[in-house]
Amino acid sequence: MLRLIWLVPALPLAGFVVLAASGGRLDRRSIAWIGAGSVGLAALAAIAVAAAFVAAPPPAGAYTQVLWHWIEAGDFSARASLYLDPLAIVMMLVVAGVGFVIHLYSVEFMRGDEGYNRYFAYMNLFVAAMLLLVLAGDLAFLFVGWEGVGLCSYLLIGFWYRDAVNGAAAQKAFIVTRTGDAAMAVGLFLLFASLGTLDIQGIALRAPGAWAPDAAPVVAATALLLAGAVGKSAQLPLQVWLPDAMAGPTPVSALIHAATMVTAGVYLIARNHVLFALAPAVQYAVAIIGALTLLGAGGAALAQHDIKRVLAWSTVSQIGYMFLALGVGAWAAAIFHFMVHAFFKALLFLAAGVVIQALGGEHDIFRMGGLRRRLPLAFWAFLVGGASLSALPLVTAGYYSKSLILDAAWASPQGGAWLWAAAWVGAALTGLYTFRVVFQVFFGAGATTDTHRVGWPIRIPLAVLMLLSVIGGFVEAPQVAGRLEAFGHFLASALPPLQPAVAPGTGFALGVAEGIASFGGIALAYAFFLRRRSIAALVARSAIAAALHRLLESGWGFDRLDDHLLVRPYLALARRLRADLADPGYDALAAAAAAAHRGLSRSQNGRVRWYAGGIVVGSILLVGAGVWL
Amino acid sequence: MAALPLEQALVLAALLFALGLAGVLVRRNVLYMLMSIEIMLNATALAFVAAGARWAQPDGQVMFVFVLALAAAEVAVGLALLLLLYRRFGTLDADALSELRG
Repeated sequence: MLRLIWLVPALPLAGFVVLAASGGRLDRRSIAWIGAGSVGLAALAAIAVAAAFVAAPPPAGAYTQVLWHWIEAGDFSARASLYLDPLAIVMMLVVAGVGFVIHLYSVEFMRGDEGYNRYFAYMNLFVAAMLLLVLAGDLAFLFVGWEGVGLCSYLLIGFWYRDAVNGAAAQKAFIVTRTGDAAMAVGLFLLFASLGTLDIQGIALRAPGAWAPDAAPVVAATALLLAGAVGKSAQLPLQVWLPDAMAGPTPVSALIHAATMVTAGVYLIARNHVLFALAPAVQYAVAIIGALTLLGAGGAALAQHDIKRVLAWSTVSQIGYMFLALGVGAWAAAIFHFMVHAFFKALLFLAAGVVIQALGGEHDIFRMGGLRRRLPLAFWAFLVGGASLSALPLVTAGYYSKSLILDAAWASPQGGAWLWAAAWVGAALTGLYTFRVVFQVFFGAGATTDTHRVGWPIRIPLAVLMLLSVIGGFVEAPQVAGRLEAFGHFLASALPPLQPAVAPGTGFALGVAEGIASFGGIALAYAFFLRRRSIAALVARSAIAAALHRLLESGWGFDRLDDHLLVRPYLALARRLRADLADPGYDALAAAAAAAHRGLSRSQNGRVRWYAGGIVVGSILLVGAGVWL
Repeated sequence: MAALPLEQALVLAALLFALGLAGVLVRRNVLYMLMSIEIMLNATALAFVAAGARWAQPDGQVMFVFVLALAAAEVAVGLALLLLLYRRFGTLDADALSELRG
């Protein structure tokens, strides 16, 4: 059964090939069947493989399948191999499962779009690349998937390419993530130069023997890998591309820019946790980046008025939590939060998609309101997703994963009270900005709209994700909710558990504090945005608050900073270099060729005697050269 | 019969060749240019025969037969072209027939 693992990425790839080769000759029904069906079959294959793995774990707790030898040059060898261990299984199931429900949702959501075929072709290619990324057993092969998802992200952000703004957003995402990818590629070269292999397990085996903790090469290699992860996962300072990436269709935002691709950086670090454990300084930097990002992005989410941008910043913030967990060594907690986040963030985006479509493309939350009765399904979906995002204690999945991270930030030797406090404030912010949207969009006085009927391809994904956003967390529970460690035990063979564990008394106190943060945030949102709107209006009128609002809305001004620091100097340099010193030489060469051509073409006058004379002169010259030279 | 000195034969061949070449370059009538080419061909044939006699080898005469055959073929094709040219353009002036130019 495990031998069928190659089918999991191959099926969506086949779907892509069929759709791309059809060139728009298929009718919409077949496109939907092929596009969603290929991913559905991949999800079934993934479930079957995972079931076989759990029923009869292979020896050594992992299964490797070498597809072919990709590059053999000297002592460099890159194998196209798939590596299946508990970490890969979790990632694979989430990518294929969430990918399938979002494809199903797209069947109806994208029905009216003229690029229906193109959309499903890109989406299938994305799922194939993402599955390749999480299953690859070799860093070079992983990089193929890594760049593949980057390409699909670019294609789908710019999906509605006729609007120049979308094209610019796509380019921004591509260029910013490529900055990180270039660093990551250098990191891969460094790893190969030092260890002589890019096989992930080979690296994990050789690294502890080759390098002392904090040795220069391992610090450099992990720092470069971290740069790649920061770019892909939209962490400080490369987070600027993600809010703009919302230019794509909403299901794309749900799948690529919330549930799966942007968490690839988290996966990369977790996958190479042996290396990061050898470089405590870099690992600490991961935690700091995570803490700063979760606070900064939470603040930025608070000031947005585009519903999708709120969700985008909340994604950045939640991935900050995952980075924090990685940084303090709670590898399993990061993957747990990744899984739960994939469920509830996909749900939030899909619900937002229903709202946006019902209002005819309206994104501004201040032009929405009172949609609770008109869009009950979207309301309940958004409420469940929002509650999970705000980590409402005990009843939502988000609570279990987030409190695990907070506990780890407190208890881990690399963590501490400051990191915990940052995460705690972030948790309160999360409740505040999430329920600001909930109260603004679904409560209060409303914009008028007709009741929007949605079909089963939209109902089923929302229902499935609502269920998962609630019960998805009941596999691992912190101290305060009765200790349960099923998820951590499952991952234990791939990711070492956190040492030392939280002390029972502290764990209870932390759990209560986390509950207070979540409730406090929601209560503040209730007070400001529903009950006493006058207070919010009063605060908004003061000059400091207005300036702060502008700063937050622009995402801490990083766009302007990048514009002044990087884009403009680069453009100025390009303009300067347009008239450079080398050009006149080439221009003269071109002019000489043109002049010679004009001169020679005059000699071709059609007179046969002239040609004969030419032959004579040429023969004399040739014979003369032969005789005298 | 006294053997013809090679030098004299070659000088004669060179003179004939130069005459023919001058004819090709100077005459404007295509018919005369064709005749001049015949003279140039015969000049080379003469050089071959003289050289063959000098070294007592049959190759010179073999080449002469080749040149003869070539000249016959050339005249056959050339005269046919000439006829077509005259029918089409009504003149045999080589300078007037300068359609083929870039």
